[in-house]
Parts: sequence; C-alpha cells; structure tokens
Amino acid sequence: MSVGLEHFLVLGAVLFAIGIYLALTKRNAVAVLMGIELMFNAVNVTFVAFSRFVESASPLTGHVFVVFIITVAAAEAAVALALAVLVYRNRETINIDEINLLKW
Amino acid sequence: MDDSGSVVAFWTLAALTVGSALMVVAVRNLVHAVVYLILSFVGVAGIFVLLSADFLAVAQVLIYAGAIPVLIIFAIMLTPRAARDNAETSLGLPALPLVGALLATIISIAVVTDWPEATRGGFEETTSVIGEALLSTYVLPFEIASVLLLAAMLGAIILVRED
Repeated sequence: MSVGLEHFLVLGAVLFAIGIYLALTKRNAVAVLMGIELMFNAVNVTFVAFSRFVESASPLTGHVFVVFIITVAAAEAAVALALAVLVYRNRETINIDEINLLKW
Repeated sequence: MDDSGSVVAFWTLAALTVGSALMVVAVRNLVHAVVYLILSFVGVAGIFVLLSADFLAVAQVLIYAGAIPVLIIFAIMLTPRAARDNAETSLGLPALPLVGALLATIISIAVVTDWPEATRGGFEETTSVIGEALLSTYVLPFEIASVLLLAAMLGAIILVRED
C-alpha cells in the first residue's frame, strides 16, 4: 500500500466539494467566506501535490503559485469581512437570503 | 511514498482535514464552525509537510490557522445581532446533487488521467528556491501582490470607518 498523486488529488477534490457546498448553501455571509477559504486550501493542496509528483523542469513553480494564492486570499478575506461588517451596519443582518436589494 | 509512516500520516491527516471540514458544515454554532475550520487548516499544513513543502506548511499555519480565523472571529463579533446558527438557505438540498456531480467529475478526471509522474522523491529544501524565484522570475507579480495587499488594507479600513 502506497500513497501517490491520486490520493492527494482526491483529497483536494473532497475539500473543494465541501467548500463549494458551504459557499452555496450557508445563510450567514461569514460562513460563505469560510467555504471560500476551504476551496482556496483545496486548490493549494492540489498545486503542491502536482509540484511534488509530476515531472517538470522547475517543479517548485507550483509552490510559488501557492504563495500568490495565499496572498490574494488574505486580501480577499480582509475586504469581504469588511463588506460583511458594512452590510450589517446598514441592514442589521448578514443573512445573504435577506440581502435582496438588487433582486428583481 | 511507499513507507508505512507516510501512508499512516496521509490517512490520519486526510481524516482530520475532511472530518473537521464536514464538521464546519454540520455544527450549529458559527463560532464552533470557525474552530473546526482552524483544525482543518492545520490538517492541510500537515499535508504540506508530507509533500515536503516546508515553507508553505509554515505559511499555512501562520496565515490560515492564525490570521484568517482571527479576522473571521472579528467579523462574527462585530455583527452581534446577526444569526449565529450556521443554518442553510433553501438551497441546502438542491445543492447536494450538484456538489456530488462536481466531486464525481473531478475524482474521475484525477483517477483516469495518466499523469507524467516523476521519480525524484521529495524536495530537499524549498524556501531558498521559492525566495529566488520570487525575486527573479516572478518579481513583477511579487510587486503587484504587495500593491494589492496595500489596496486591500486601505479598502478594508475605508469601508468600516465610522464617520
């Protein structure tokens, strides 16, 4: 019994599916953001697994890409949580099914 | 990764990561969900160690297990009268088959495709190589990322400023 590339890819896929379920279904905007962070992590696992196992001239490029993903994810989290606080100030709720100002 | 230590480590870390991610979905209190999210991120850091990505594992612990949960807890505490029950919208059941189909598609692609696997084993050291790449090949994206972080910080401050 050994652990190969496919194991890590399946792990990434499962994490991504859980993340997308959170992002699609949770009522609280902060929980939706938690789902998005989980999806970022799933993609990072996939990048690092490919970097470790797949034949390439410069295999550590995947790690550099993950560094950039972590950076952009941190910026995204800060702005999204600021938006959640702002919406709460104006509407007294951050339930995304009650924030329907743009719904026709 | 044929040695039994790696196999045991993989299955333990995978169970920890996926199990606590499922608890984020299942648990009924938003603050408890954040705690399980931290546990899941720590599991991912362990997976990085297993894949000999030492720098990323440390960055994962610092940023994902440290900084981002603090931000999320702040957002929860700053919205005191919002619901904390971590409930689903009416999309909860219809989303299940959609997510299942997506999962089946990705897994079948990952298993069926014949990836060109290398036999070089784990990396000896990644930090210096990543550092050199960031300051030579990828210096422009590196600088853009720093400007992006500055813009996000200023944007977040301006958005929540009370005036």
